[in-house]
Amino acid sequence: MGHHRGRIHPGGNVTTTPRARYPHRHLLGIEALERTEILSILDAAESFFDVSRRSVRKVPTLRGKTVINLFYEPSTRTRTSFELAGKRLSADVINISVSTSSAVKGETLLDTVKNLEAMCPDVLVIRHQASGAPHYVASRTNAAVVNAGDGTHEHPTQALLDAFTIRRRKGRLEGLVVAICGDVLHSRVARSNVLLLRKMGATVRFAGPRTLLPPAAEALGAEVHDRLEPALEGADVVMMLRVQRERLAGTFLPSTREYSRKFGLNEARLALAAPDAIVMHPGPMNRGVEIDPAVADGSRSVILDQVEAGVAVRMAVLWMVATEAEGEPIAGA
Amino acid sequence: MLGPQRKDGLLVIASVRAVDPGANLDAIVDIVVEGGTITRIGAGAATKEILASERARVISGEGLLCVPAFVDLHAHLREPGQEYKEDIASGLAAAAAGGFAHVCAMPNTRPVNDTRSITEAMIAKARSIEGPALHPIGAITLGQKGAELVEMADLKDAGAVAVSDDGRCVTSSAVMRRALEYAANFDLPVIQHAEDHALTEGALMHEGAVSTRLGLRGWPRVAEDIIVARDVLLAEVTGAKYHVAHVSSRGAVRIIREAKARGIRVTAEVTPHHLTLTDASVIGYDTACKVNPPLREPEDVAALCEALADGTIDCVATDHAPHSSLEKDCEFAEASPGMIGLELVVPLLLARVREGALPLARLIDALTAAPARIVGLSAPTLREGALAELCLVNPEKRWSVDPARLRSKSKNTPFLGKSVTGSVELTMAAGRVVHDVWAQGEVQAR
Repeated sequence: MGHHRGRIHPGGNVTTTPRARYPHRHLLGIEALERTEILSILDAAESFFDVSRRSVRKVPTLRGKTVINLFYEPSTRTRTSFELAGKRLSADVINISVSTSSAVKGETLLDTVKNLEAMCPDVLVIRHQASGAPHYVASRTNAAVVNAGDGTHEHPTQALLDAFTIRRRKGRLEGLVVAICGDVLHSRVARSNVLLLRKMGATVRFAGPRTLLPPAAEALGAEVHDRLEPALEGADVVMMLRVQRERLAGTFLPSTREYSRKFGLNEARLALAAPDAIVMHPGPMNRGVEIDPAVADGSRSVILDQVEAGVAVRMAVLWMVATEAEGEPIAGA
Repeated sequence: MLGPQRKDGLLVIASVRAVDPGANLDAIVDIVVEGGTITRIGAGAATKEILASERARVISGEGLLCVPAFVDLHAHLREPGQEYKEDIASGLAAAAAGGFAHVCAMPNTRPVNDTRSITEAMIAKARSIEGPALHPIGAITLGQKGAELVEMADLKDAGAVAVSDDGRCVTSSAVMRRALEYAANFDLPVIQHAEDHALTEGALMHEGAVSTRLGLRGWPRVAEDIIVARDVLLAEVTGAKYHVAHVSSRGAVRIIREAKARGIRVTAEVTPHHLTLTDASVIGYDTACKVNPPLREPEDVAALCEALADGTIDCVATDHAPHSSLEKDCEFAEASPGMIGLELVVPLLLARVREGALPLARLIDALTAAPARIVGLSAPTLREGALAELCLVNPEKRWSVDPARLRSKSKNTPFLGKSVTGSVELTMAAGRVVHDVWAQGEVQAR
């Protein structure tokens, strides 16, 4: 790990262009990535990981590049993570938050993007409530597009940072058993994770109440369980998903109480997993609902490691999509 | 726009393969049309005298197919109210180019066609165009709101041929029961858009492995099946004529088949797109593939095709639903559902005939006599003495679905830019030529 360090930093010899290792213009989802490309991103993230731990947390890699974070959904963690990633690479970073209500009154997504494009950004990081919105934007702009979460479709940088965290802790991805538990139906994190983990040779189990499991979920490549216990049995990684408050009373679920009693991760259930299992959560957590505080804060929790990894992974992604291949402008790539 | 329309002319189609299952006809014949009427049909019908006539326009039928002109039970012509998408003139031009002589127009215009005056205005507008005939379908309930019945007798007197709240399902069992009873009083078929809206809230595509993969909320088959099952029971109780619009699920096919076997008066239609495309077309978030009901799975397509072939599904209807870039050039969730269809019926469905999935005679019946029977129109037919309502099809001609070639104002079809096989060369409606590629060649040269 970390063997790319020095190649990409100022003064180092860049022996491989990011484009050569990542032959895409955009990062729209895990689905389009090859295993080797995922590894390239994770390796590059290793090289960037230490930047955030230095006293001077900045490298000039993307000096003169412009990154726009265009967020149509509220987000603290992901937006901050992308913003720090851009700034630590010396890019100029602009954040735009569009509340849904003003978008309804105002201009179309395409017009917003065309206006931003006229100001020549290199990268558009987009979060949008409509599945496929980044794909639509990517088809209509010259900028590189990074999907920061689209509807209930994908959240590729979350899956990459999860893989990064797992690989750091476990030394590998291949052969691991990963249980992804909770509201799988509405989770773009679950979708990106199952795609990535399957490509890397891990086994994925989904677990949740039947009302929160997607139709034909096994088509995504996961084993599907309607109770937590069989999914946790011997798992190397336990990934809990946030359950939205508005789904905790109504037709999806009867109550918070019953959900946490049957589908929450507590110490007793975690004991079913492998002795060295790690616990993950993409955040924000509902403490006491899908995860017991003792587990969230316990020794096996890597939840804050995930957040730290997020900056490094997003630095790697921005670097890969924003860096021109030698002699080749981004627009032509 | 629609080419020469001399009603007094003499048109001879020589040595053409004519197919009209209603007339038990599939043979190489000559067809003579004089004064808007088929005067002679048969081998050698074009005598030397007729061929020698100075008035005669002679078309060689070699390699062509002559069939009765088509009847569409389900088109959205958008007038009044949304003329930027389509209007009666452009919609009927598209219909003529697709081989249609009769078009039934759904009532979800702005305002909704729920009163006699709107029905009359639509018919008057269509008559002034001298294209295919327009037959309005009135709403079932005022404003298509699902609550109060419209004045069905008045609508029928004005020329409406059926009632439907298409686009919205009549979900209340009580309203549907009364609608069926009242419509039966005046012998009007009730056309249901079968969708339990409570099961499809926020739905963007068929519910299945593809919707899960794309993260798009699913529209489960059962939302259609539930309504069809309930409605056939209501049709049985009321004895009304019940027609299911755009059947898309294999479950609904099974329910319709069983209902017919029990003698219930149920009929059904299927669209060309549900007979050819699956939910996999949505991969890539192409808004042209967003339709309601949604494109389903290969087993549904197979079941629909089989049901059309065996007559369980009576007819083909286009659900021609024009939308402009305002409704389609956007993120998938925002896009309006629907695709245009009038001009693509022949190439899409001849492909299924060539594959052996559908007998040609059944397809022609499903486009002509079967839909005409459902709404009580006299069906176009190839017989001596019949009004000339026919089309000439070149089944082998390849053409590109270019925006410039389409007569519809809107171009929302996933086949845009694709090459297709099978072209309508000439259409006659009410004895007039309403579409004529040869004449259009002259127009283009002018």
